[in-house]
Parts: sequence; C-alpha cells; structure tokens
Amino acid sequence: MREIRYLSVAAEGPAIRALQADTDATYLAGGTSLLDLMKLEVLNFAQLVDVNAIPLTKIEVSNDGARIGSMVRNSDLALHPEIAARYPLLSEALLSGASPQIRNMATVGGNLLQRTRCYYYRDPSTACNKRNPGSGCAAIDGYNRNHAILGTSDHCIATHASDMCVALAALDAVVHTQGPGGERHIPFAEFHRLPGDHPEIESVLQHGELITAVSLPPPTGLRQSRYLKIRDRASYAFALSAVAAALRIEGNLIRGARIALGGVGTKPWRAVEAEQALVGKPANRATFTLAAAETVRGARTRPHNAFKVELTRRAVVRALSTIRGAS
Amino acid sequence: MKKIGPPVDRVDGPLKVTGGARYAAEVPVARVAHAVLVLSTIARGRITGMDTGKAERAPGVLAVITHKNAMHLPPQPTRETRASQGDHVLQLLQDDHVLYNRQPIAIVVADTFERAQHAAHLVAVRYEAAPVDVDLLRTRTAARAPHPPYHGTVAQTLPVESRRGDVAAALAAAAVRVEEVYTIPAETHNPMEPHATIAVWHGPTHLTVYDSTQGVFEDQRKLAASLGLPRENVRVISHYIGGGFGTKGAVWSHVPLAAMAAQKVGRPVKLVLSRPQMFGPVGARPQIEQRVVIGAGRDGVLAAIRHEGRSSVSQFDQFCEHFTAPTRALYKCPNLDTTERVVSLDIATPCQMRAPGEVTGTFALESALDELAVKLAIDPLELRLRNYAETDPETGRPWSSKSLRQCYQTAAEKFGWSRKKPQPRSMVDGKLLVGWGMATATYPANVRPASAIATLFADGTALVRAGTQDIGTGTYTVMTQVAADALGLPVEKVRFELGDTDMPETPTSGGSCTAASVGSAVHQACLGAREKLARLGNGGGADPSVDEPFAAQLARHGMKRIEARYDAKQLETRDRYAMRAFGAQFVEVRVDPELGEVRVSRAVGAFAAGRILNAKTARSQLLGGMIWGISMALHENTVYDPKLGRIMNNDLSEYLVPVNLDIPAIDVLFVPEDDPYVNEIGVKGVGEIGITGMAAAVANAVYHATGRRIRDLPITLDKLL
Ligand SMILES: Cc1cc2nc3c(=O)[nH]c(=O)nc-3n(C[C@H](O)[C@H](O)[C@H](O)COP(=O)(O)OP(=O)(O)OC[C@H]3O[C@@H](n4cnc5c(N)ncnc54)[C@H](O)[C@@H]3O)c2cc1C
Ligand code: SF4
Repeated sequence: MREIRYLSVAAEGPAIRALQADTDATYLAGGTSLLDLMKLEVLNFAQLVDVNAIPLTKIEVSNDGARIGSMVRNSDLALHPEIAARYPLLSEALLSGASPQIRNMATVGGNLLQRTRCYYYRDPSTACNKRNPGSGCAAIDGYNRNHAILGTSDHCIATHASDMCVALAALDAVVHTQGPGGERHIPFAEFHRLPGDHPEIESVLQHGELITAVSLPPPTGLRQSRYLKIRDRASYAFALSAVAAALRIEGNLIRGARIALGGVGTKPWRAVEAEQALVGKPANRATFTLAAAETVRGARTRPHNAFKVELTRRAVVRALSTIRGAS
Repeated sequence: MKKIGPPVDRVDGPLKVTGGARYAAEVPVARVAHAVLVLSTIARGRITGMDTGKAERAPGVLAVITHKNAMHLPPQPTRETRASQGDHVLQLLQDDHVLYNRQPIAIVVADTFERAQHAAHLVAVRYEAAPVDVDLLRTRTAARAPHPPYHGTVAQTLPVESRRGDVAAALAAAAVRVEEVYTIPAETHNPMEPHATIAVWHGPTHLTVYDSTQGVFEDQRKLAASLGLPRENVRVISHYIGGGFGTKGAVWSHVPLAAMAAQKVGRPVKLVLSRPQMFGPVGARPQIEQRVVIGAGRDGVLAAIRHEGRSSVSQFDQFCEHFTAPTRALYKCPNLDTTERVVSLDIATPCQMRAPGEVTGTFALESALDELAVKLAIDPLELRLRNYAETDPETGRPWSSKSLRQCYQTAAEKFGWSRKKPQPRSMVDGKLLVGWGMATATYPANVRPASAIATLFADGTALVRAGTQDIGTGTYTVMTQVAADALGLPVEKVRFELGDTDMPETPTSGGSCTAASVGSAVHQACLGAREKLARLGNGGGADPSVDEPFAAQLARHGMKRIEARYDAKQLETRDRYAMRAFGAQFVEVRVDPELGEVRVSRAVGAFAAGRILNAKTARSQLLGGMIWGISMALHENTVYDPKLGRIMNNDLSEYLVPVNLDIPAIDVLFVPEDDPYVNEIGVKGVGEIGITGMAAAVANAVYHATGRRIRDLPITLDKLL
C-alpha cells in the first residue's frame, strides 16, 4: 500500500496553500475520476487535499445569468429547477452522463477535469504520451473506437469524455478560479487545451489553481435546445458522438445558433463554423445538412473511429431538426 | 409430485440478502494473508528479467513468487495429453515463457490486500517480446483439426466432423442456395462475483480450498494433480457462487497458485481476481467464423446444409466450440456436412461460455435460414415448420420428447407473429423502423453420473447432501423441492447441503446438467431412504406423510436416523432416444434509421424442457439467457490490441453488457412436457437454452427493420449507418 497524505480543508485559502507547498499534491472532489485512476496506478499523488468541505455549493440564477459553485454535485445541478428551466441543455447533458450514483458524487470542478477514457491511458503497461510523456501513443495504431477525430495530434487522439462540458462549451461558460496568482476568469473555449506536443497538459490551470465556480451568461435565445448523445447502449455509456445545439429562430430564419460536440474532440468541441453556416438561413433540413458537414470538416480518423464522421453529421442534423421551432 | 414445479422462493434467499451467505472470499479464516497476481503485459515471448526487490521490501509483503523461486511441480498435461476439455494447461510459474497477455507471471503475498496490490505494481519485468497473432479474421495461420482425444463427458465427445448424404450433389441440384459467413468476436464472462480462492494447508500434505467454482470435484482433481497430492488430501468447498457461466467450470492457474503461495508463506492465502484480471487468464468465448451453405427447393424444403467454421484457441491448449451441434439436430435435411476447425493464436485458452457451440452455431444457422426465407418469400416460421425434424436427423432415433411445434405456436401467438408485414422497412413507429425476427432455440438434455445421500431424522426432518454447486441457478432450492417431494415432507422440513468434496460426487455444473443429474440422484436417494424404512417391517406405509410419519417409525425402532445413498447413472434409454430441449424466440427491435441505434422493444420465448422443477428459478434462468442473447447480439465484444495482444476494454465501463434501459419486458412461457426417458425426474435443464436463439432472432429482426443483414456480431450502430 502506498501511503498517501490526506488533508481536508474547509476554505479556499488553506487548499491553495496546501498545494503550493507540495508539487505532488492534488485536489480531491467527488473522486470518481481521480480515485479510480489512482487505484489503477495511472495517477500517483503523494497528497490529496480534500475540497469537499469548502462551501462552494451555491447555484445562483438571475437575469444576469447563472453562477454555479465548483463543488455543486452533478445531480444537484441537473435537477435544479431554475437551471432545468433556463439552461435545459445543461440539465440534459448532465443527466445523460454516467449513473445516478456517480452523478451524486461528481462535482462541477471535477467534471471539467475528468480524464479521458482512452483504454491505453488507463493501462500503465502501454505507451501513452498523456500518462507518460514521450512514451508514444498506443492508441493511434491500436484500438481507437472511442477516440477523437477533431483536434488530434500525432501524439494523442484521446477524447475529452465529458457531457457537461459540451453543454458548457455551447453556453459560453466562464470558469472562475482562484490560485497563488489570484483570481482568473477563463472563457470556456480557452480552458481546455488541444493535445499538440503535450497531451499531458489538459487545461490552462496552474498547479494549485482551484476552480471556484462556473458562470453562464443569460440564456438569451438559447432555450430552444437539444442535447443528443449517441452511444452503444441506452444508458451508462460514454458518447460515441454527442451534440449540444441551440437555435434562435425568428420567422423561419435562424438568428442565433450554438453547436458543440462531444465524443469526437480532444476537448469539448465548439463548432463555430457550423454555427456561422446556420445564421441567416431558413431552419430546414438542407441548412442543417450544410452546417453538419462543417462540424466535421478537417476530421482526422483512425480505422475504428472513422464512422464518427458520418455519425456526427447525422447527429447534428437530428439534433437541430428536433429543436422546437425547427422543421 | 406436488412440491415440484411451484415457484418456491429461494431457500438461500434470506441468507443472500442479509449477507449471511458466505462467498469464497468471505469465509473467515484465521491468519489469512492476501495474494495478488502479477500478469504479463506481452502476449508472446520470454521473461528476461524480473526485479522483485522493491516489492519484497514494500511494507507487509510476505513473499514474491516467480518462476525463479516457485515450488517445483510435477509435469502438467499438455494439450495432447489432457484428460478432458476442462483439464486446462495452466501457467504455474514453472518457466519464463509468456504465452498470452495477462498470463500469471508472479504472485505477491502480503498481510493486507492493499499492500499486496501495491507491491504487485512494483514488480518490474523485462521481456523479449515476439510479434503476436490474435485476430481470427486477420490471421494467416491455417486452421487445423482440434487435437484428439477428447475423453470424458457427453458434450466433450462430440465429433468435430459429420457427414450424411451427398452435400455437393444436393447443393448443385438445389433450386435456391444461400451461402454466407457469420462471425462472432471473443466474449468475456463477467459473473458478478470474480474468481476467488482461499487456500489453507493442514500440514505439508493436506489442503482445503474455498473456491468459487462450478465443479468442486474437478477443482479437487486438478489441484491434486498439479500439486502432486493424492486426490483425497484435497478438499474443495464452494457453498455460494455469484455466477459462473462457464468461466468457473474450468480450473485456472490462480487456484493452484493460491495453494502454492499459502505453502510458501506458511499461512492461509486469499486470492481474488480484480475485474480487469477477469479479462484474459480465466477464459472467454472463442472468436468464431462460420460459413453456412444451404440448398433448398422453391418450397423451402431443405436439400443440403454445409456448416463449417473455425474458432480461436491458444497456442498451448485445447478447446473447440462445437458450433455445428445445433445444425446436426435442428432440421430434417438429408444431406449435411459439418466441420469444426481451430486456429492457434497468441491468446489465453478460451472455454465454455453459456451454451457453448449451441448459441454460436444457432446464430449462424438461424440467420442463414432467415436469409433463405427472405429469398423464397416464405414466412420464417413457416420455413421452419416445413423442415420440422420428427426424429433426430442425425441418428434417426425418436426424440424422448419434443414439443417444438407447441413452442413455435405458443410464442408466435403471444408475440402476434401473424400480423407481421413481410417486407423489410415496412413496419414503423414514428420515425423508428420496427423489425420482427424469430429463431429456434435448442440445447441438449445432458445427464452425468451423480450421487446423493438422504438422511431421515427422528425429529421428522431430512438432510440431503450432494457435492454439487449452486451457481446462482437455484440448486439449493430445487433439490430441496425434489427431496421434499420424494419424502412427502414440507419443504421447510428438508435441508439440502452442497458444495463440498466430502459429500457424494457430482458433475461440474455445466451443460445444464445439474438439475437433471443431481436431481435424479436426490430423488432416488430419498426414495431409497423411505424404502429402507419400509423394509423395517413396521407397517410403515409408502407415504409417511399420509400414513405414520417416519419420525414415529424411527422412534419405534429406537433409531435416530436412517440413511440411503444413490448413485445415478445415465438411463439406458439414452441409447434409444435423442434428447434435447427446444424453444422458440421472437424479438421486436426498433432501429433509428439515421443513427443506427438498435433497441430491443419486445421479446417472447416459449420453451419445452421436460419437467420444470421451480417455475420461478426456471424463469430466471430463461430470462437471464434471453437477456444475455440480446447482449451478445448488440453489445459484447472483447477487443484485443492487434500488436499487444492485450484485451483493452477490460472493465465493465468499456466491455458493454446491457443496462436496465436496454432490456424490455420479456415474456417467458413454458410449454408443458412430460418426458419419461431423459432421467428419473423427467428434467432437461434450462440453464442455457434461453440464450441460444436470441442473437439470431435479434439479427433477423434488425434485417426486417432495416433491410440490412449484419452477419458480424455485435450489431453496433456503425454497421448500420
Ligand atoms: C463508470 C463511469 C462512467 C462515467 N460516465 C460518464 C459519462 O457518461 N459522461 C460524463 O460526462 N462523465 C462520465 N463519467 C465521469 C464523471 O462525470 C467524472 O468522473 C466526474 O464528473 C468527476 O468529478 P469528481 O468530482 O468526482 O472529480 P474528482 O475525481 O474528484 O477529480 C477529477 C479531477 O479534477 C480535479 N479537481 C476536482 N475539483 C477541482 C477544483 N475545484 N479545482 C481544481 N481541480 C479540481 C482533481 O484534482 C482531479 O484531477 C463517468 C465516470 C465513471 C467512473
Ligand atoms: S490517445 Fe492520448 S491518451 Fe490515448 S494512448 Fe494516445 S497519448 Fe495516451
């Protein structure tokens, strides 16, 4: 048994100081991603700083938007009446993920930083640049069914597996942090990093930086939305492809659009070109088909995940055409 | 026989739900140490170095056993000399060879489980790795005949080739022909309870093992043989088992390894496999590729079938799925060729998995028949009726009983089959395509020699014992019913004990043979005890519950107990009749035509399997089988990395089985069947037949929904895009 130091803290300050003092420490929230990987000896930390007692558990919804504490449990967020009413996309995405038990433990902060489900990442006997920088990537020429087709590099093709984050990407969330250098407010699109040459670095967070909240702008025009998750079984499976879509339709013309994808990108994938292809066009299947093609432009596939290109196109069309008001 | 049949609650139910039932790893054993296996990370090659220093120095570690310091064992059987199909060639740390990925290569023992687990990670291994060959569909390795000999039990003596009539000529002359190839990936058993063993030595020569096994006697034999002990020095106990499904029907390396570790550290040792370790060293359904060629007349009457295929096996051991067995038995067909071949790959030895051969073969045959029905525009059910085998098509023998017609009728009626619109894509529900498919289910009525002892006590209770296992099927309960029925006692007055090699010998719980085999022995032993009592000549009637209770009779003779043993053999009727259980399965699927997602929305199965001992436990078996069939059709796929030869989806997050939402309401219907010939109690066994037709029925329904024939399981959405 490896001895791990454990510290429970009840406020941000002590948490940040504890990590500042120990480069081999990390935050422990729900533990559903972290402890799992520590048991597999994929992640090895000498100290866990348990942040569950920090009261960052508020959900505030107003006309200015929403602010969600980083320690809010996934199930509490999904079932919060005002979130469900104003940001149904977020609720749907959360409820499509994992199982009730896991959602009861999982936090907003932990969900943002959950690790990939790449089979090789989780198996320390294999080559993996993300787990062991410079060792290679066994997935590229191995079994890559659950891997990404967008945002990949020659060093890593792992997907970011979160559903919640796909909705947050579409909703233009901002991640609020507090760290040794003070507070930061990070636009969602900038929060996760592409793998590039350094797949081991997954976000822009610095060591010791604590996620305190996620905020959402007012859902103006985004309430007509749909989260569509496609997977190999009816529940309790990660997405093969997921689409978070929202449309603002006036008359028969699309005035605003958001599309983000899950299960296909190395990070939660905002499809900006596809959104642009929708705006100003009639809300019909022809438009949706054109936009869908934009979402996977530039996709790089491997033998087992090539189907995700066509699947994603179809999923985007389906998601858009089932949004209320679209035809 | 009024105790037999009703849905009696599991007699072990209260113990199980209150935690009182102790599974192998839960048996309290003083001073038990904990062992964790170190498994290889290459699939083929040699171990060139092992650094165990760090592990040995880790806190709490008692021993690190590798091929360098393991006890020397007597030579093992090879694949050529194995005694039976279950007699696997094991990896017991006797040399530096690596023959498959996740082969046991070391065992770490510590005072706590966590310490052992961590120390196991600290063992550093260097290998000389060789290129691997793990994919049946891509390999260049030629198929070969499985190595004879197969000794032993019924299922293991099936011929790997069979010929009747002149297939070539009949195919050439046939008006229509279907010729297709069907493939099935490796599938991994995932019983809820993993493999678990506690080994306790009593001195240097006597061993007790608590093991989660489907065969305490097989375990005993194998342990004794591999450790070089007389069989009677080894006792195996297995009181509760959290599912086996075939993986616990064979003895794998970790069982003797636990005993070796216990000997090394001079303490009892507990070894539990982790879920990821269940994917490799403890068997799997082999990868199978089958070609089915059918020739028929325009009226759908079969002229010839050729069914041939190959299944994967390890380099060092033996296993062959008898996937042509259902084809030889299901339909009247004058000309038939069947051939089973194996291909040696760098994988661990596959093994039985629920309905081995029967379900895989049925998937191919019943898919091909559906293709024939489409070609001829004949209703698939009608096609099967036109080829109904009134006698066993292989031997010409009469069936001991066969109620398949009634199964077809019962299930079809319940399902509403007559309302089927034959055209693919012709039935819809909103935007979803609806498809209906059916298939025949069958499983041989196996019986193996079994013994039991019945003891009647002066307090009016009875104890019946047989070494057998309850792998979750309900053995405790149904045997209690069989005994109560034969003794004329209420169920509450009878106790049935099992799971111990100190009890009368019984077969491994495989091949759906336990209810029939052990049930016959129990029934006869109980009758024997009553007879003995009657022979005391006190006027005790034939039915003590009606006449004088046997307690009073025993008292009058001043006896505390009376005991009788029975050794059940196969009835001689076995040579005169062909014996199988049959069923019919109907499935409805809904398919999203754009996204390819398939969900089973309805399923009906009707089965005739002789006498049903307990309507509740039997239903659970059939239901579980049908659910697994859906899983096989849509979900299960053991994926090997092509270069590492390592199973990559080795947990229940990535190895998919259905969740509740994937499974609709399922109707399980019993067709009553009275069979005086199969065995003393008329039972055919229901453990496996439930899965057999399902994969084909689902695939056939998917075809009907979409017009797309998927011959390569599982039917995942990418195949339908
Ligand atoms: C079997 C299974 C199935 C799953 N299925 C899905 C699914 O379908 N869809 C889906 O989206 N997810 C799924 N998940 C993932 C699940 O959503 C994540 O594990 C969960 O959201 C992580 O949250 P946590 O609070 O438990 O994080 P933890 O495991 O506690 O932490 C994860 C990481 O975040 C860091 N961290 C946590 N909080 C903070 C903070 N406030 N500031 C800075 N760093 C922090 C930790 O240090 C750690 O590195 C599944 C997980 C499992 C185990
Ligand atoms: S895809 Fe990324 S996570 Fe997976 S093996 Fe390659 S480098 Fe590692």
